[in-house]
Amino acid sequence: MAFVGAFTRRPDADAKVRGAARYVADLDVPDAWLGGTVRADVARGRLVRIDRDPGFDFTRVVVVTAADIPGRNVVALITDDQPLLAQDAIEHHGEPIALVAAPDRATLLAALAALRPVIAARTPCFDMEASAVVWKRIAIDRGDVDAVWAKAHRVVEGTFHTGSQEQMYIEPQGCVAWPPDRHGVVVVRGSLQCPYYVQKALMAALDLPAERARVVACTVGGGFGGKEDYPSVIACHAALLARAAGRPVKLLFDRHEDLAVTPKRHPCRVWHRTAVAADGTLLAMDIDVRMDGGAYTTLSPVVLSRGVLHATGPYRCANVRVRGAVVATNHVPYGAFRGFGAPQTCFAVERQMDRIATELGMHPVALRRHNALAPGDRTATGQLLDDSVAAHAVLDAVVAETGCARMPWRTQKRGRRRRGFGVSLFWHGAGFTGSGETKLKSRVAAAVLADGRVEVAAAATEIGQGTEAMLRAIAADSLGCGAADVALTEPDTGRAPDSGPTVASRTCMIVGGLVAQACRQLRDRVGGDEARPFRDRAAAFVRDGGDGRVEVEYHAPPGIVWDEANYRGDAYPVYGYGADVVEVEVDVATFAVKVLRFCTAIDVGRAIQPGLVRGQIEGGSLQALGFGHLEVVTTQAGRLRQDRMATCIIPTAVDAPPMRVLLVERPFQHGPFGAKGVGEMPADGGAPALAAAIEDAIGIAVDAVPATPERLLAAWLQTHPEEAL
Amino acid sequence: MNAAPTAVYSPRSLATALAVLADRAPVTVLAGGTDLMVELRTGRTQVASVLDLWGVEELRFVRAEAGGVRIGALTTITELRRQPSLGAWPLLAACAADFAAEQIRNRATVGGSLGTASPAADLGPVLWALDAVVRLRSRDGVRDLPIPAFLLGYRRTARRADELIESVWLPGRLPTERGAFVKVGTRDAQSIAKVVVALVASRDAGSGQVTAVRAAAGSVAERTVELASLQELVGRRPDAAALLAVSRVAASRDCAPIDDVRSSAVYRRHALQRVVCDMLTSTLEVPLEDG
Ligand SMILES: Cc1cc2nc3c(=O)[nH]c(=O)nc-3n(C[C@H](O)[C@H](O)[C@H](O)COP(=O)(O)OP(=O)(O)OC[C@H]3O[C@@H](n4cnc5c(N)ncnc54)[C@H](O)[C@@H]3O)c2cc1C
Repeated sequence: MAFVGAFTRRPDADAKVRGAARYVADLDVPDAWLGGTVRADVARGRLVRIDRDPGFDFTRVVVVTAADIPGRNVVALITDDQPLLAQDAIEHHGEPIALVAAPDRATLLAALAALRPVIAARTPCFDMEASAVVWKRIAIDRGDVDAVWAKAHRVVEGTFHTGSQEQMYIEPQGCVAWPPDRHGVVVVRGSLQCPYYVQKALMAALDLPAERARVVACTVGGGFGGKEDYPSVIACHAALLARAAGRPVKLLFDRHEDLAVTPKRHPCRVWHRTAVAADGTLLAMDIDVRMDGGAYTTLSPVVLSRGVLHATGPYRCANVRVRGAVVATNHVPYGAFRGFGAPQTCFAVERQMDRIATELGMHPVALRRHNALAPGDRTATGQLLDDSVAAHAVLDAVVAETGCARMPWRTQKRGRRRRGFGVSLFWHGAGFTGSGETKLKSRVAAAVLADGRVEVAAAATEIGQGTEAMLRAIAADSLGCGAADVALTEPDTGRAPDSGPTVASRTCMIVGGLVAQACRQLRDRVGGDEARPFRDRAAAFVRDGGDGRVEVEYHAPPGIVWDEANYRGDAYPVYGYGADVVEVEVDVATFAVKVLRFCTAIDVGRAIQPGLVRGQIEGGSLQALGFGHLEVVTTQAGRLRQDRMATCIIPTAVDAPPMRVLLVERPFQHGPFGAKGVGEMPADGGAPALAAAIEDAIGIAVDAVPATPERLLAAWLQTHPEEAL
Repeated sequence: MNAAPTAVYSPRSLATALAVLADRAPVTVLAGGTDLMVELRTGRTQVASVLDLWGVEELRFVRAEAGGVRIGALTTITELRRQPSLGAWPLLAACAADFAAEQIRNRATVGGSLGTASPAADLGPVLWALDAVVRLRSRDGVRDLPIPAFLLGYRRTARRADELIESVWLPGRLPTERGAFVKVGTRDAQSIAKVVVALVASRDAGSGQVTAVRAAAGSVAERTVELASLQELVGRRPDAAALLAVSRVAASRDCAPIDDVRSSAVYRRHALQRVVCDMLTSTLEVPLEDG
């Protein structure tokens, strides 16, 4: 194998480093107008009418309201409850009410200011515990938890909270849409992760058949899940404006608009009650998960699903009860963010494990080791783990590297700067949850070009994570050709088959797997003497009239069965595993937390491009640490308080600790070259390990993140009242 | 967003700049632009015309004067870190090291920081603790104002519309003095202070008595404030308990912090007290009672 496991140059690197890559805002679109959005300035109400300032000449612009939507007024995704433009009910701050296109920015701003929605305010609900509207409930049951409590050595309870988090991709969201061409085809280009999701939304909104809704992903400046569902909204808006204006329209968010209205991580509360034996064995886990879904369903049911499926952590337990609910509030809808519900429940179970360790006087590493999943164990849904189970391997790796198993846990520290360590063990299902992949039936094509190169067609998007380099390495090694002999099509619904969305740590395992399969078939078909370059053989093969095109479709690996109704069976084809060790220093004057060292071991099955995998792990881990103590995302009357980069704090390079990344490779027999997934997993373990380290350093319980200095001080003053002013 | 300014003046000399200011009012002064551009973008500030000072080399200097040093208004934060002639005022470099990030430091100026007069400015407490005197210049002459007389309120200064901030002068320091600068930000780089404190203190080598303390803090009131309660220490030989007590008084009396998007009043007050106590302990070399 020449490219898998080795370093290959990223096809996208050169243009990005030189600043030559063209993002959506860079597209030169002759005659394009600029689009903008009139938004609700209350969190809940009824739209009475939209007044127009008579002083503004509306013939200079184009205005679109709900009445102008030719198709259905919905953002087609899972449940069609979210309107593209509010018609009557206003359910969140910033909800779109009307759209404007104008020839220049000054006119656009004047027109937006001249449209004045009249809204009769209603009482909003911001408290997820008080919300009576449930978007989705999920129950998982294994064994009988209630039979265990009385017999247990200890029963430990805890409630844990995680805050929201902003993706803060470098490039704000945006799309350009063209009006229908003479064949009636509407084209949208944008900064997006999932071209076929956007296509589906366009078809519903503009009442178009698939072949007349063409969506192309531009160079994307990061997504982290934030560009999974929301681009459907912007794309439809831009397309409605383009249709009304009869010319292309650019709808580009600036940072403020992006922060204010795009989906962020679901705030979450998890309650745990765990029965343990004297030796630390987990006898029963009773878990209740509640997430704030915001004003519309969007992706919340699937976020909840991944959340509850990861709620037990990678631990063996015969009796499990998980109850999950994601509820409606009048917050801006929450959505996908790297980890997709798992970081929230992972935080809770890992903090609960530390709490149990403290109760039992056990070392946190020993408790985890005692309960970690091993081959032959079953998960809460009854899934038998028999292939590529690396919970022990990753834990052993970080323990060997850091010596943390011998570090004293929760001893009294002194002085202004106090050190502590924390450990976390986590897992992450690769690919879509449950029968998602089977329903999706992803497809990938590979075709020999006249010059013998092979064009791989997939809708997977390069969002900075290295998809192109990864797919090219898999294709080249599957074909037995050079990396330069593989061309990748643009993620364009007009040219690439639906290989599914670029989400869920699925692109390598699922799309990469299909690419490998298609390329192997092509290699067999081309045949010939493998001593000769593939490219020469392939060119000759098509010259001689051979059929050089292969298209393959996803089928679940044999034996993978999921019962959606009862949440039983194989929730994921396979899991990746990770362990983190965080060492911190907490300043008890300011409660500033400095991460001194960070070590992580991540099992990805097989690292197709080890450099990129490390990059994913370092970046994801830094986001997880930010989630743990720096990143505050809160609202006031339903409006985001951190409305700019100066106040919406994320870690910078200076805030990044020295990181030690250990790659553990336990190949998965059904993954391409043994690969599983990597994208999301690093987002899971950082926050709980960091919280544990803070707790170890200063001896106060950290049950909620972000563990900001303000929160730590408040907790400190509770236990040190004499220090209060 | 804003309409574009109607005129931009880019003079090369101080005299021309002062003439523009006198004759073309209203005109907004632009130095590094790291505050002004943000203000314009958010629409909080409207400008008719702009006086771009960047080319006025006469305002870009650091020179010894009257036993101290005079720093021209266009001196950048980067220069505060690099100028060897500022070695006797190490608080300046300490402050500059925690200020924004490289690109901003290369543009942000001393005059701009004074001009904005943000309560969160890092330089405010430093200049206050160092007894700086601001020199304002108009076509009619100069006015020298000590920092407390210059910083009047929330983003409000004593500068008249026809005046430029020309420079600041810092008196020379005594060898017995020690200084400390602490910025508590939201993260390690590129952050605006939640609390920022600068402190200069000295004690008599023979008697051990505190001879002087000057401390000021930012982000804990509507403008930079002096921690005047610390004056209590002068003439005393404080122990650790005394420093704790005086820092508690200062945190209660000398500031009026608020809750905002960056932090809370409670946090600011407590962090201020704890940081000040620690700064006093180290600058006055008071032994700690225990860990
Ligand atoms: C990303 C970022 C990070 C930042 N980080 C920090 C930080 O860590 N600490 C901190 O303290 N500040 C910080 N700032 C704020 C800013 O950089 C400072 O206040 C800086 O000193 C302003 O200087 P300037 O030359 O850029 O001012 P400008 O923006 O040019 O001007 C600021 C104001 O002062 C007036 N003015 C400027 N020069 C004169 C003069 N000579 N005479 C009269 N009026 C004048 C202007 O009219 C304007 O009102 C940051 C800003 C940004 C954008």
